[in-house]
Amino acid sequence: MSLKAEIHIPINSDADIVTARQQGRELAQQAGFNGSDLTVISTAISEVARNIVEHARSGEIVLSVANGPGRSGLVVVARDHGPGILDISLAMQDGYSTGKGLGLGLPGTRRLMDEFEITSKPGAGTTVTMKKWRR
Amino acid sequence: MRVPILKQGGYLIASIQSALSDYELLQLRDDLSAQVGRFRSRGVIVDVTVLDVMDSFAVRTLRAIAQIGHMRGAETVIVGIQPEVAFAMVQLGLALGDVETALDLEEGLALLDLRTKRGESHVTES
Ligand SMILES: Nc1ncnc2c1ncn2[C@@H]1O[C@H](COP(=O)(O)OP(=O)(O)O)[C@@H](O)[C@H]1O
Ligand SMILES: [Mg+2]
Repeated sequence: MSLKAEIHIPINSDADIVTARQQGRELAQQAGFNGSDLTVISTAISEVARNIVEHARSGEIVLSVANGPGRSGLVVVARDHGPGILDISLAMQDGYSTGKGLGLGLPGTRRLMDEFEITSKPGAGTTVTMKKWRR
Repeated sequence: MRVPILKQGGYLIASIQSALSDYELLQLRDDLSAQVGRFRSRGVIVDVTVLDVMDSFAVRTLRAIAQIGHMRGAETVIVGIQPEVAFAMVQLGLALGDVETALDLEEGLALLDLRTKRGESHVTES
């Protein structure tokens, strides 16, 4: 079975965060994930979507299924054209927040997912790309 | 959707029925805070059994609910955290701090009885 479609979810408000994690859970289920992986994936999506709302106001989440040789998984891209992040290594530290958050979103999401990549340019925006492989 | 809050004796029981947005979570916090005052409640139970995700905002708000309640003379117990949810929370690095938890509603009520010394006063009364 191959699922080629990309799902684009606009993120503009806190209600969109709920939509994004529910759609992520659904697609992950279709891709064959189950149990705690589904919760892990939707929790990670929730954190990056919330970062868009809280730190960049608006952006999008793009969900797709990855089919590598001999393995499949789920790809989540969170993209915005917000203020960007000045010091990424600082932002990746547990407890670091420029807002009133717990500062666990980025470092925690990296722990939840198998692959995690963040690119950001001050004044231009932020893109987080993360993957979970089926075990 | 607003989370229904049930009054049972000196306790308030908030049973979350579906996934909640950030706004709805804050509404629950404010509703509980108001009702603890109105009903002079000694204990609050928040039942999160149906939640399939508890992210950093949910945890932050639950902590706030417990802290606000505490300042107004009520103890809070979170019940029904699912095993997968607990697993994801731990990996994310989330802790509930000194917020009390119990497996289910029944154990939550027993814990509140203990914390508010209700069990004890009941014994001395009878
Ligand atoms: N999409 C984003 N745009 C701009 N800044 C961001 C974004 N995501 C995260 N950040 C920055 O990285 C910091 C750490 O993020 P995170 O670990 O999620 O903690 P929190 O959101 O609780 O502050 C944030 O406080 C913010 O300064
Ligand atoms: Mg965050």
